[in-house]
Amino acid sequence: MTAPRKGRITKINGNMVTVRFDSPVMQNEVAYILHAGERLKSEIIRVHGNLAEMQVYEATSGLKIGEEVEFTGELLSVELGPGMLGQIFDGLQNPLPEVARQCGFFLKRGVYIEALSDTRVWDFTPLVKPGDRVRAGDKIGFVVEKIFRHYCMVPFSLSGNFEIVFIENAGSFTIRQPVAQIKEPNGKIHPVYLSQHWPVKIPIKAYAEKLKPGEPLVTRMRLIDSLFPVARGGTYCIPGPFGAGKTVLQQLTSRHAEVDVVVIAACGERAGEVVETIKTFPALIDPRTNRPLSDRTVIICNTSSMPVAARESSVYTAVTIAEYYRQMGLNVLLLADSTSRWAQAMREMSGRLEEIPGEEAFPAYLESRIASFYERAGVVRLYDGSTGSVTIGGAVSPAGGNFEEPVTQATLKVVGAFHGLSRSRSDARRYPAIDPLISWSKYRSFIDEKQEERGHGILRKGNDVAQMMKVVGEEGTSLSDYTDYLKGEFFDSVYLQQNAFDAVDEATPRERQIYVFDFIYRIMESEFFVEDKGTALHFFQQLRQLFKGWNSAPWQSEEYEKTEKEIRAFLLKRLKKG
Amino acid sequence: MQKLYTNIIQIAGDVITVEAENVGNTEMAQVTTGRRTSLAQVIRLDGKKVFLQVFAGSRGISTGDKVRFLGHPMRIATGTTLLGRIFNGSGMPLDNGPALSDNLIDIGGPPVNPVKRIIPDKMIRTGIPMIDVFNSLVVSQKLPVFSIAGEPYNELLASIATQAEVDIIILGGMGLKYDDYLFFKDTLEEHGALSHSIVFMHTAADPVVECLLVPDISLAVAENFALEGKRVLVLLTDMSNFCDALKEIAITMQQIPSNRGYPGDLYSQLAARYEKAVDFDTAGSITILAATTMPGDDVTHPIPDNTGYITEGQFYLKNAVIEPFGSLSRLKQQVNGKTRDDHRTIMDTMIQLFADYRETQEKQAMGFQMSAWDIKLLKYGKLFEDKMMSLKVNIPLEKALDLGWEILHDCFSPDETGIKRSMIDKHWPK
Repeated sequence: MTAPRKGRITKINGNMVTVRFDSPVMQNEVAYILHAGERLKSEIIRVHGNLAEMQVYEATSGLKIGEEVEFTGELLSVELGPGMLGQIFDGLQNPLPEVARQCGFFLKRGVYIEALSDTRVWDFTPLVKPGDRVRAGDKIGFVVEKIFRHYCMVPFSLSGNFEIVFIENAGSFTIRQPVAQIKEPNGKIHPVYLSQHWPVKIPIKAYAEKLKPGEPLVTRMRLIDSLFPVARGGTYCIPGPFGAGKTVLQQLTSRHAEVDVVVIAACGERAGEVVETIKTFPALIDPRTNRPLSDRTVIICNTSSMPVAARESSVYTAVTIAEYYRQMGLNVLLLADSTSRWAQAMREMSGRLEEIPGEEAFPAYLESRIASFYERAGVVRLYDGSTGSVTIGGAVSPAGGNFEEPVTQATLKVVGAFHGLSRSRSDARRYPAIDPLISWSKYRSFIDEKQEERGHGILRKGNDVAQMMKVVGEEGTSLSDYTDYLKGEFFDSVYLQQNAFDAVDEATPRERQIYVFDFIYRIMESEFFVEDKGTALHFFQQLRQLFKGWNSAPWQSEEYEKTEKEIRAFLLKRLKKG
Repeated sequence: MQKLYTNIIQIAGDVITVEAENVGNTEMAQVTTGRRTSLAQVIRLDGKKVFLQVFAGSRGISTGDKVRFLGHPMRIATGTTLLGRIFNGSGMPLDNGPALSDNLIDIGGPPVNPVKRIIPDKMIRTGIPMIDVFNSLVVSQKLPVFSIAGEPYNELLASIATQAEVDIIILGGMGLKYDDYLFFKDTLEEHGALSHSIVFMHTAADPVVECLLVPDISLAVAENFALEGKRVLVLLTDMSNFCDALKEIAITMQQIPSNRGYPGDLYSQLAARYEKAVDFDTAGSITILAATTMPGDDVTHPIPDNTGYITEGQFYLKNAVIEPFGSLSRLKQQVNGKTRDDHRTIMDTMIQLFADYRETQEKQAMGFQMSAWDIKLLKYGKLFEDKMMSLKVNIPLEKALDLGWEILHDCFSPDETGIKRSMIDKHWPK
C-alpha cells in the first residue's frame, strides 16, 4: 500500500475547486477534499499543467485555499450486487434511508455510506464446478433477491479466459466473502464476490452481441403502444413544457410497463414529486407479480437542491445499475427525469471551467454526451444465449417549451421514438398530452399496420378540417368533412386520452388495445345516417359517452360485455347498410 | 480578534477583492468605511485573492478601507422573539426594535433528505374557487404566482396569506416599491396577522446585494420554526428581482452568461430556495408562495421558465383573474380525491368545456355563424367567468362544486358534458 497522493487547493469557484498536485493524476479520478474533519468527494474534470480542476459533489462553503486533497486512483464507481432492488440511492449511490437514520432530516455533507449492506447474508447456489472455463459476465452462481435470481457473475472488468479453481458449496455469504476463485492462464488467481465495482461512465459490455430492438415494450398507455410504440432495448424521449404532464406519464409508465426491473433516475427534479414516488411505490402492488412494486425498482434520487455535480453523475449511476441487471438476462427500463437537468449541470460546470460556450451556452460536447448516454440502451445476447435489454426513456424539459433548443434536438437525433407533449393538449385536459401530430416512432406496434395507419390518417384529416373550419367556419364545411373531423375527435377522446385517476382506464393491456382499436377502426370505416352537422355532433357525443363507460369497465367483465352490446346497438341504429 | 485587511485591490460593481489568507468560501466579513460598516460575503477564492460581495453596496468604499473576516457563514437570529418584527435584507431591524442575536443559525443549510419528507396531503382552503376547485393549494407546496407588472399579485398573495390556516407567516420582500411594503404591513395588521408574522424587506431603493439574502434568511427562519412543528407560510415577492440581482452579480464577476444574460446556475439557485418547501416527517411544514413577474408576459423567459420546472405548479394571474389555462397545481391530486367524489369530475369537465368555449369565442370573433352547440358554449363560458373565475367570489369548496353542477345543468344536457353516467346519476341537478 503506497501513501495516498496529495494536493492542495489553490482556487475555489462555486462547486469547482482547483488543486495543485505533484505526482501524476488521472482524468475523472475521484479525490477527497479534507476539510475540518470532513472528507468531501470530488472528481477531476480537467488537468492543466500541475493544476487539476475538480467538481465537488458537495457544498463548498467553508473550504479554504491550501487545504489538503487526497487522490484515490479510482474512477467514480458504483458497487453492483444483491440488495439494490427496492433501494433509494442518491447520485453517488448513498442509500438515502440509511443516511436519514444516521443524519436525520438533512443531507449532511461528507457522509458516504456503503451502497450495499456488508453484514446481510445471502443464500448462494453455485452453478459451476472447479475446472469449468469462464469469462467476464459468466454466471457462476446465484442468490435470490426479491423475485429474481440475482446472478453472481465473473467481474466485468476481467478480460480473457479463466478456470474455476474453487467454488463454494450452497450456503450463506455476505458480499464481502469470496464465493469462488478463478485462475488466469498465467496462473494468477482472482477471488469472485457476490458484488463487484464498476466505473459509472463506462458502459458494461460483457455480452456476446448487441441486437436490433424489435419486440414492442408494452407500456399500457394506448397512445404510446398503439401509435408511437417503444421497443424493448430501444430509446425514446418525452420533451414537453412544464405542466404538460411528463412526470405523471413517467410515473404511470414505471408502474405499468411490462419489464422486469425499473430504474428511475430523478435528476434534479422536484423533491415533492420524488417523495411521492419513493413513498407510494412500496405500497403499490405489481399486478403481475402480486408483490410490492418496489421489489423490482431502484430509485436514484437527486433532487434539484442537491449539489450540481452529484446531479450530473446520477444518470450514469442509474444506467450502470440498469446494465448490470441486463447482464442477468432481465429486461430493464430506465426512466430519466429529466435529462435537461443533467445537461444543465454540464452547462454549469462548463461555465465554471470557462470553456467556450456552444449554443445557448451549453458545452460543445453536449451532443456526444447525450448520444453516448442513449447508446447504452439495447437488447443484448449474453454468452449463455439468453437476452437482456435496457430501454431508456428520457424526459426533456426544453427551455421555454421550445423543441428547437439544443438538448431536445441532440436527443431527437439519437432516440427511436419521440413523444412530444404539448401545452395546448394539456390546457384542454387531454391526457396523456402527447401530441399525435408531432410525435413519431421508428418501432413497430402490435396493432395491425393498416389499422394503425388509418388511426394516424383520421387524426391528420380531423386536424386539417379543424384548421379549415377556423378559416371558413363550420357552415363552410361539408357534412362529410365535418364527420371526419368528429371521427378524429372521437378517436382522440376515447382512445388516445386515458384517465390516470380511473383504476381501469389508467392502464390498458395489449389484448384490449388490439380489440378496441379494431372496434374503433370499423367505426372509422363506417358511414352513418346523420342528416346534418347537429345530429352528427350529437351522435358522436353520445358514442363518446358510451365509450367512456366502456373504458372504465374491467376487461371482459360483465359490465364490459354489457356496454359493448349497448354500443353495438347504438351504432346499428345509424349504420348505413353497405 | 480576527485580523484586519486593508489591501482592497479591486472594486467592480458591488464586489470587492481583497488579498487575505485563511479565509473560507462563503464566509462573512465586515467592511468598514469612513461612513458605515457593512456585511459582505466571500463568493470566490483565487490564491490570495478573496472576492466579496458587499451587502450595502460598494458605493463609497475606498481601497484603504478595512475588511475583517468573521470566520463563519451568514447567520440569522431565530425564534419567537422575531414574531411581529420587520428586518432588512441583512437581518437588521427596520422597526426601531432591538437587533437580535439569539439562537443564531447558518442560512442556506443543507438540503432535506427526500426520505424524511412526507407526501403532501393537506389542502389549504382559500375560498377562491379558481384555487380550491381547479388548482387546490397544498401544505408544503412551492407555487409561484406568474404575473406581469400592474396585476394585483401582491393583493392575491396577501389575501391567501390572511385566509390560510397556518401558524406563522414570513414575508420576504425583494425590490418592492415602498408603497407595496406598506400595503403588506397594513394588510397583515388589519387582519391581526402581524403578530404571527415576520417581515424581511428589501425595497427597490436598497443595495442590490441585500436582495439576494432575503429568500435565504426568510427560509432559514421558516425552517427553524418548521423543525419545531410549526406550519409556516413563506411569501416571496418578487422573485424576478432576485433573479435580476443574481444576473447583476454574475456579470460583475465575469461569469459566462447562459440565457439572456442570466447565469448558468439560475436553475440551481432558484431550486436551492424553492426546495426548502417541505412537509417534515414528524415535524412542521413550509409552504412557499412567490410572485414572479414575467417580463413582457412571456412565460418562456428564463425566469418563469426555470421557475416552472422547479415549482409544483403556478397560478397564472392575468387581467386580474386566475387563468384556467396556464395555471396548475401539481399537488392537487393529492388532496382533491378526498374532498368530495365529484371534485375531479367538475374540475376536468368544466375546464374542457371552457376550452371549447374559448374556441367558440374565436369563431365568433371571426364572424362565423354560431351553431346551436356554440350558443350553449357561449352561455356556459359567461356563467363560468362571472360565477367561478372572479377573484371576488369567496365561497367554500362544497358550495363551489354545487355551483359547478348548476352551471352545467343550466347550459347542457348530461350527455353533452362527457361525464360518466354514474356521476351524472348521482349529482346532476334534478
